[in-house]
Formats: sequence, C-alpha cells, structure tokens
Amino acid sequence: MEMTRRNAIAMGAGALLVAGLPIRVSAAAEDLIAAFTGGAEVGAGDISLTAPEIAENGNTVPIEVASEMASEILVLAMGNPTPSVATFKFGKLAASRSASTRIRLAGTQDVVAIAKLEDGTFVQASSTVKVTIGGCGG
Amino acid sequence: MASGVKPRVKVPKTAAAGDKITIKTLISHKMESGQRKDKEGNIIPRSIINRFTCDFNGENVIDVTLEPAISTNPYLEFEAVVPEAGEFKFTWYDDDGSVYDEAKKIAIG
Repeated sequence: MEMTRRNAIAMGAGALLVAGLPIRVSAAAEDLIAAFTGGAEVGAGDISLTAPEIAENGNTVPIEVASEMASEILVLAMGNPTPSVATFKFGKLAASRSASTRIRLAGTQDVVAIAKLEDGTFVQASSTVKVTIGGCGG
Repeated sequence: MASGVKPRVKVPKTAAAGDKITIKTLISHKMESGQRKDKEGNIIPRSIINRFTCDFNGENVIDVTLEPAISTNPYLEFEAVVPEAGEFKFTWYDDDGSVYDEAKKIAIG
C-alpha cells in the first residue's frame, strides 16, 4: 500500500482503536476475570447485557443480563474504583437465566458481563454507558 | 445494624404449576460504598448488603453476590419456576452480620 497522508491517518486511527481499548481495562478487572474464568478463553455468544447508552445519573444505572445456558453471570464495571458489580448464581428453580438490577458507575465506561455456561465455557458481552454525573460521591 | 432497613418483595399470589413468574425485590439500605468521604475528608466505612438469596421450598432460585457498585436500595428482578404451592424465602446479608428475611406464600390456581 502506498504511504499517502490519508493512509497514514487511517492507520494511525486504527492503531489507536486497537491499542486504546485494552489500556482502559484496569489490572484489577483483569484479575477478577481471570479469577472467575480460571484463565479459560472467553468467547462471544449466548449472552446479552442491556444497559442504557446514556445514563444521566451514575448512581442508579439499570442493567439487565440474560444468557440461556448460564450457571453464573459476573458483571464488571471496568472504570469503577472496584470493578466488580455483582455475581448472579442461578439455582434449580430459576425460570430464566436473567436478572436485572441497578448499579453505580463512576463515569463513562464499559460494563462487561461474563457468563459461565453449563458446559464450562465462558462468554461475554459488553456495553458502553455514557455517564453524565458519576456515582461515587466524588 | 444499618437503620431503616426494610425489605419489600413482589410475588404473584397465585400461579399455575410449572409457571414462570417474575419476582421483584427491593430493600432499603444506604449501601455505603467505602469510596465516599465525609466533610473532614475521612473515608466513610463500607456498609453494604453483600449477598442476596432466594429459595422456594428449600430449593435455590438465585444467589447474588452484591458489591459496592450496586446502587442504594438494591433492587433485583428475576424469574422463578413454581412447581408446587409453597413459600419463597428471601434473605439479605449485611456487612455488619445482620440478616434480613422476608417470606411470601404462593398458591396454585
């Protein structure tokens, strides 16, 4: 490919996108994910995370997680001082593997849900929530 | 014990056997995250509900671990199967060791 100015800009923007995402994931969140999955690969698939695109108040952000085959779902807020939000364990009488609750978000960030499926594999979904007023009292 | 803690649960009074029902729970609790500071700049110690469980006739429906990122007055909504008439038992576990209970009967009809 010829190195024109336009190409250079496009490549630069692409590199930023690729490199920028992992940087924002804190080490604490990675540790939590590793502890939950035991180091297993996390794929995409049967899981949905419903969160608003824009939350005016970070103190109560409604979220919903659902996954047909999940035995456990871990919810993380990647940009919070402590990333873990909740872990849902579904028992025998859970009609659907879904739950909703309200969470606190410190600022605009990604919310991630990781489900442990009954066959032992892990899937994840994430959603970016823009927060106008943060919910950590700062 | 945190003051003014009051659990509230919404369960239908009757359901057909094997039916799916939606359960909504809310407990009034300040859920102090341990991140906030008071006027003097001292950190207000964490005081939250750290676990919630729901059982039906001794069988588990859901077991949730709550972290400080759960909002004040934690609200949870989930679905359960009702195989027979019986009683739902809801339990919230506070950081300070208190346990809050609520029970709701459901009939088949």
